[in-house]
Amino acid sequence: MIRTPLRPLARVLKARAKGENPDAIEAENRARRHEAMADKHRQRAEGRLLVLGLAFFCAFGVIGMRMGTLAGSVPEEPRASAVGNPIIGQRSDIVDRNGRILATNLQTHSLYAHPRDMIDPAYTAKGLAQIFPELDEAELLANFTSDRRFLWIRRQISPEQMQAVHDIGSPGLLFGPREMRLYPNGSIAAHILGGASYGREGVASAEVIGVAGVESKFDGFLRDPANEGAPLELSLDLTVQAAAERVLAGGMSIMNAKGAASVLMDIHTGEIISMVSLPDFDPNNRPRVLTTGDQSDSPLFNRAVQGVYELGSVFKIFTTAQAMELGLVNANTMIDTQGPLTWGRFRIRDFHDYGPELSTTDVIVESSNIGTARIAMQIGAERQRDFLGALGFLEPTPLEMVEAPTGRPLLPPNWSEISTMTISYGHGLSSSPVHLAAGYAAIANGGTRVEPTLLRRTNVEVGPRVISEAVSARSVDMLRQVVQRGTASFGEVRGYEVGGKTGTADKPRAAGGGYYDDKVISTFASVFPASDPKYVLIVTLDEPSENSGAEPRRTAGWTAVPVAAEMIRRIAPLLGLRPQVDTPQQVGVTLTSN
Amino acid sequence: MRGLFFVLAAFAVMALGFWAYQENYKTQAEIADVRGLHSEIGAAHERLGMLRAEWAYLNRPDRLADLADLNFDRLGLLPLMPDAFGRVDQIIYPIPQILPITNPIELSSGGFDEQDNDL
Repeated sequence: MIRTPLRPLARVLKARAKGENPDAIEAENRARRHEAMADKHRQRAEGRLLVLGLAFFCAFGVIGMRMGTLAGSVPEEPRASAVGNPIIGQRSDIVDRNGRILATNLQTHSLYAHPRDMIDPAYTAKGLAQIFPELDEAELLANFTSDRRFLWIRRQISPEQMQAVHDIGSPGLLFGPREMRLYPNGSIAAHILGGASYGREGVASAEVIGVAGVESKFDGFLRDPANEGAPLELSLDLTVQAAAERVLAGGMSIMNAKGAASVLMDIHTGEIISMVSLPDFDPNNRPRVLTTGDQSDSPLFNRAVQGVYELGSVFKIFTTAQAMELGLVNANTMIDTQGPLTWGRFRIRDFHDYGPELSTTDVIVESSNIGTARIAMQIGAERQRDFLGALGFLEPTPLEMVEAPTGRPLLPPNWSEISTMTISYGHGLSSSPVHLAAGYAAIANGGTRVEPTLLRRTNVEVGPRVISEAVSARSVDMLRQVVQRGTASFGEVRGYEVGGKTGTADKPRAAGGGYYDDKVISTFASVFPASDPKYVLIVTLDEPSENSGAEPRRTAGWTAVPVAAEMIRRIAPLLGLRPQVDTPQQVGVTLTSN
Repeated sequence: MRGLFFVLAAFAVMALGFWAYQENYKTQAEIADVRGLHSEIGAAHERLGMLRAEWAYLNRPDRLADLADLNFDRLGLLPLMPDAFGRVDQIIYPIPQILPITNPIELSSGGFDEQDNDL
């Protein structure tokens, strides 16, 4: 670039010749030069601004586009940084105390149809009707040819059925994945497990929800993904449960009973090892709830938990235990049993006449109503009520099942003196077999209250004391004598020192007003082994009658006791209890002659 | 000097860009790999669940009882009864086999016996 001089000589000379001031030329040139410089600077600044503007535009454009894509796209789980195991989203298994599966899941498929995609609806309908006999071909065809876009055909199908549907080859038949709840053991522990069904259903998935039993009670736990598939451990023992159901079912048919229930409980922890209610059902195919008639006739009815009955003489041990605890009697105190005992318009009778008096032990052994009522009169209504409350007889059992609150004991509206007397031998207060098991557990375990539970427990706090250890030992001894020389002589199981108390209660008429003459609830509440009690077994038969003799026998000694004895014979070895057989010492006897 | 610095900085930026590019693709490959593993684990869980369910179904007490009844001739299985318990001293332990003596050593014990008898 050629720099323009401020004072060009030619112009200065010319100006001087004309007499002008040459400085004006310099000023003019200087101004021109400044103008050119300013132009140049402005141009550069404009260029820079443009570049900067472009840079900002690009930056904001990128951010804006990114925000747009984030807002417009489907949220996705950040896989790489996901904590835990993202796979186990299934419903948890339910297992028994040894980890054997009681309920698990199975991947199956559901079948649905898009009728608009079908090419040959008639052939498809025919094929489906052949695979699933319960489907109606005409109805299917009507659905397939209607305006419907979507149609469920089956909620779950087996792999074989799925292959057969594949072979139809219709593009309008589609499969969705479907999780199915499976109870591999069939009807074993059906009442405890309950059952499951589908909640919200979609094509891609369906939620499985529990409808009864522990499935419903622990629905939240079983569905919680935070457990990472940890199973729900129950206190049940599958082997014992199966054996108990088998023996009880056999006993129920031999004794011609309408129903039966049994509860086997660990007396120290309150864990329920086995709980049976017959008749039962298959939870894989849960029957419908009865809409008419008595719910207790339905196989869904859990007699062990929901069935509240007047259980009869099995309550007598609570009366004597309390009386001994209060120091009113001891095991050898003689009790007046002269009958009948009249109170107002009520007369209390015994099964036989037991003479003028019996010892407290013999009141239990012979099961004297009059003797027990006399002891109860000494105790009084208030104290009896408190004692039964301490044993848990006044509220529903705390068992972890949705049905448990429905097993609310029926108490007399007014706990009068006559109520006290009848309750002392088990009439006038209805409770469930589980209540009775918890009560007997407290009597036999050294005298502390037990909360029945269906969950496996590892360590248990000892409950509040109900009776002293000495009274507990005396009561167990009385129960043992009932089996040795009393009403439950069929209950003897060699090696297991069974102690127990029978109870035969007339069934109250459904319509109200008195009791049936020929319908009873017979119960045997047993504790074994008596020298170191570990388990309590309650067996209840509904309307049994033993018909081998000349006339039907309905007392518990003839019906519930033999069934319970057989159950103990089968169950105790499975529980790992060794029979205590007193083998006589092999003294050195030598044969001297023939 | 400044020119050299600019050149070096440009090279450093290029090198870092290359490194970031490599890392990005490596990470994406790993993520895809993990996703594949997760789905494999999921499938394995599903299979395991199926096998467990089948095992539980085949071992259900009713079926085992029926099988024990069917094969009673061969196996003679009975329900566990109290008389199945025994004592340890009722068990006959197998007598351990003594290896044959291959290199016997002759020993005379006559003198010792006489001494013992004297005492």
